[in-house]
Amino acid sequence: MIETRNLRKRYGDFVAVDGISFKVEPGQVLGFLGPNGAGKSTTMKMLAGFLTPSEGSASICGHDVVESALAAKRLVGYLPEGAPSYGEMSVLGFLQFIADIRGLAGESRRRQLDDAIGRLSLQGVAQQSIDTLSKGFKRRVGLAQAILHDPKVLILDEPTDGLDPNQKHEVRALIQAMAKDKTIIVSTHILEEVHAVCNRAIIIARGQVLADDTPAGLEARSRFHQAVSLSADNAHAVRDVLVRIGDVAAVEIDAQDQRVTAFPRAGKAIFGAVVEALKSNGIQVREIALEQGRLDEVFRQITTATKEAA
Amino acid sequence: MSPTRILFRRELASYFATPVAYVFIVIFLLLSGAFTFYMGGFYERGQADLLPFFGFNPWLYLFLIPAVAMRLWAEERKSGSIELLLTLPVTMGQAVAGKFLAAWAFVGIALALTFPIWITVNYLGDPDNGVIVASYLGSLLMAGAFLAVGSCLSAMTRNQVVAFILTVVACFLLLLAGFPMVLDFFRGLGLPQGVIDAISGLSFLTHFNAISKGVLDLRDLFYFGLMIGFWLYATTIVIDLKKAD
Repeated sequence: MIETRNLRKRYGDFVAVDGISFKVEPGQVLGFLGPNGAGKSTTMKMLAGFLTPSEGSASICGHDVVESALAAKRLVGYLPEGAPSYGEMSVLGFLQFIADIRGLAGESRRRQLDDAIGRLSLQGVAQQSIDTLSKGFKRRVGLAQAILHDPKVLILDEPTDGLDPNQKHEVRALIQAMAKDKTIIVSTHILEEVHAVCNRAIIIARGQVLADDTPAGLEARSRFHQAVSLSADNAHAVRDVLVRIGDVAAVEIDAQDQRVTAFPRAGKAIFGAVVEALKSNGIQVREIALEQGRLDEVFRQITTATKEAA
Repeated sequence: MSPTRILFRRELASYFATPVAYVFIVIFLLLSGAFTFYMGGFYERGQADLLPFFGFNPWLYLFLIPAVAMRLWAEERKSGSIELLLTLPVTMGQAVAGKFLAAWAFVGIALALTFPIWITVNYLGDPDNGVIVASYLGSLLMAGAFLAVGSCLSAMTRNQVVAFILTVVACFLLLLAGFPMVLDFFRGLGLPQGVIDAISGLSFLTHFNAISKGVLDLRDLFYFGLMIGFWLYATTIVIDLKKAD
């Protein structure tokens, strides 16, 4: 479990993290979203025990990250941004070093090493020095290091950055597989990732929490939520039909691909009415879809709103 | 195994995983030999002792030890591995000590490899081996003090060249603190005699020379111990202050 209360980090006059409070329970995978410089990494560094909070507090399974730092660090697996490691070491040598310093010994040390190496498919490069590995492999070494001691809490700063689509898929599958009994925080600015791995998302910007919801809940804030989009031969004729439906708030035509989107009034469902109207007017559509809402649009809307206010 | 020992082992192995260790050792041995035999007049003096060797030792350290110390923390900060290291379950003290001890052991290995010169002097004559052992001990302690200074200054920057230059300058001042050149400078500032004496007492050379004469005064050992302790403690503070940037 991770809990932060009014967590704040100042660098001189600059406030990087400005009073963040949240609580993450085991079984939750929390996606940390925000534009660059929003305070994601700083928050994670404080949780991992690298930076000391200027104000407020954070605890890992009840251990305060400042007062009982060692106890907290033992429970955390942390992947720092960029997955740094000791480049001159071999993959196996590096993981053995981490195992030793994490206090693993004997049979469990061997088993955990095998498990981490297996889960991240590092068998083929175990004897290579880390400096000679590709970016994707380096990232996987960093992940192996983080999960090596089977920690209760995982803090992963951009775990899929720099990976190819297949590797991304593998890492997401890995996170999901571990999610059951762990508390996991993943920072990312790839929004599709939130859908793929997270069951909760926090959007932060300028050091503050702006939204804290499930991915579906965030999507529901989009004006595209429950909107109906379709493509047909005569887009303007379709629009004229759709605007007459009572629950339709607006109809837009995409300038590029002529796709028509009908937006519902708040809280209304319009799919049935749209289909009905098209049928009764004899309009043929090539394809029609019910939109779930667009995270990128919600993200932009939430994170830019404060910038204007500030 | 204690975390300090695990870190020590990893660090020491990392010296030998790169050419750094071999270049350092070869250069150290070559220069030690060259200074002793050519500039020190090892044969011409006609005396069976290692004074020419240990006489040049501090000046060799002045440039070679900062080269070992500069990577201690600057490299960790540059590569970002400091973030990994300090989020592992180790205390700051253990991390600083483990890295320092590894560097010290490494310089100790280089120093130990000068043993042929000891054999030579014993073959040629009948030296006072007690004095030689004391000199080796003094040299090792001085190396430790140099390294501790370097550790602290290396923690201040992520640039190894900057760390190197700062360490050379700081060590040069500490080395010469007892010399008129430095003392006259402080006298010129109008400092009271007590302060001047204190500065002169900080000199590496004064204490090293005392030990090299074969006199193991507790005060000289204590001085180097205190020096190492102080600079390592300063290292932990500097890392704490600077790790955010």
